[in-house]
Amino acid sequence: MNSFTFSTTTLTPESYRQALADPAAGGYASFEGWVRNHNEGQAVTRLEYEAFEALANKEGERIVNEAIARFGILKAACVHRIGSLAIGDLAVWVGVSSRHRAEAFAACRYIIDEGKHRVPIWKKDHSVSGDSGWVNCERCAQPGHDHAHEHPHAHQHD
Amino acid sequence: MSAEAPLFGLVLAGGASTRMQRDKAAIEYHGQSQLQWTFHLLSHVCAATFVSVRPDQREEPTRAGLPQIVDRLPGIGPIAGISAALQAHPKAAWLVVACDLPFLNEQTLRHLVAHRDARKLATAYRSSHDGLPEPLCAIWEPASREPLLAHVAAGKQCPRKFLINADTALLDLPDARALDNVNTADEYRSTLAQIGATSSADAAVPAHRVAKARTLRIQYYAILREQAGRSEETLDSTAATPAELYDELRKRHPFQLAATQLKVALNSEFSDWHTPLRHGDTVVFIPPVAGG
Repeated sequence: MNSFTFSTTTLTPESYRQALADPAAGGYASFEGWVRNHNEGQAVTRLEYEAFEALANKEGERIVNEAIARFGILKAACVHRIGSLAIGDLAVWVGVSSRHRAEAFAACRYIIDEGKHRVPIWKKDHSVSGDSGWVNCERCAQPGHDHAHEHPHAHQHD
Repeated sequence: MSAEAPLFGLVLAGGASTRMQRDKAAIEYHGQSQLQWTFHLLSHVCAATFVSVRPDQREEPTRAGLPQIVDRLPGIGPIAGISAALQAHPKAAWLVVACDLPFLNEQTLRHLVAHRDARKLATAYRSSHDGLPEPLCAIWEPASREPLLAHVAAGKQCPRKFLINADTALLDLPDARALDNVNTADEYRSTLAQIGATSSADAAVPAHRVAKARTLRIQYYAILREQAGRSEETLDSTAATPAELYDELRKRHPFQLAATQLKVALNSEFSDWHTPLRHGDTVVFIPPVAGG
């Protein structure tokens, strides 16, 4: 199984977790990103995720491999949802197994943080008012605001 | 668009220029001969560009240095040049343009190319004067060759009449005066004054910009997909780099994001904005991401 994949249906962390099992592992850490009901002060009713999968799979896999090399963990994987998601739905899962807990937490955080900034995935939020907008794109389009990659705005699952 | 025939350019410069009493191809409005200027405009939007000449014009200095297609039936006017081109490269479509159109600009050519309907025999503009097809700024598809030769064989010489009766896609001119031509010395003087008085920045084509068009596939995601109104398109572009391509696309689509806010991928891998584009490349402009 590839270490970074997409799913168009409900994520099933229990099944992904089993793939990380390793006799040398002393622990497992995971992160789940959930769709919350607000973003930057706006009430959100649902989210749509879209990805440039051909490149996202490669970049996601590079991030997972970096985490393995950097923290000396045993196994790691990430699964991301695409499509329309409701409040409370699971948008992303990251799992890491390792000999000790410290590197499991660190690697898990590295994968989700890097993934948010580097993998070509976009989300559009739909607010209670009926407005919708591509997160990190719409406000950045205003003149004088062209540093989106350097200082990302508040994210959905921080 | 990938099934379309490649687009070649043909500058018609075989006319006798009897009313002007001088060679219209050699006249200068833009600081170079009208033939040179039209040739450069066409070479921005065509894979290859040629000049149509009568057999006796081959060595004439204005025409001698350019790739030529020689009339096979001289003396019957522009239809000789168009049919010679269709016979010389039967698998190409031809963007045929007369050399006496000083108001022609790249935007007019790009609009025609962008709205080309390769299933028709030709794609042409409606004249802003009489609403009839303008044969001398039109795309002639390979399928027009046989009926055009039959038209000529039947003793008919008017390319406009051919387009009126053929299955031709007709477009309105984005700039109504772009195809106004200049036939007399008086018209020449007034045109020179008009072109001098207005900025010709978008009409003038520096010689060093002569570039070859490449066929590129562009895929759009998220906000760019919505603003382009499509997930992908294939087009022929003279853009040498992704940076130039994005500038060009911003003229076609209402993209709000500046290039500095985007990343770019070539053939599904991150790329530099200044990597040379190659024929057949797939280009993706990546808006600010928001996974997780």
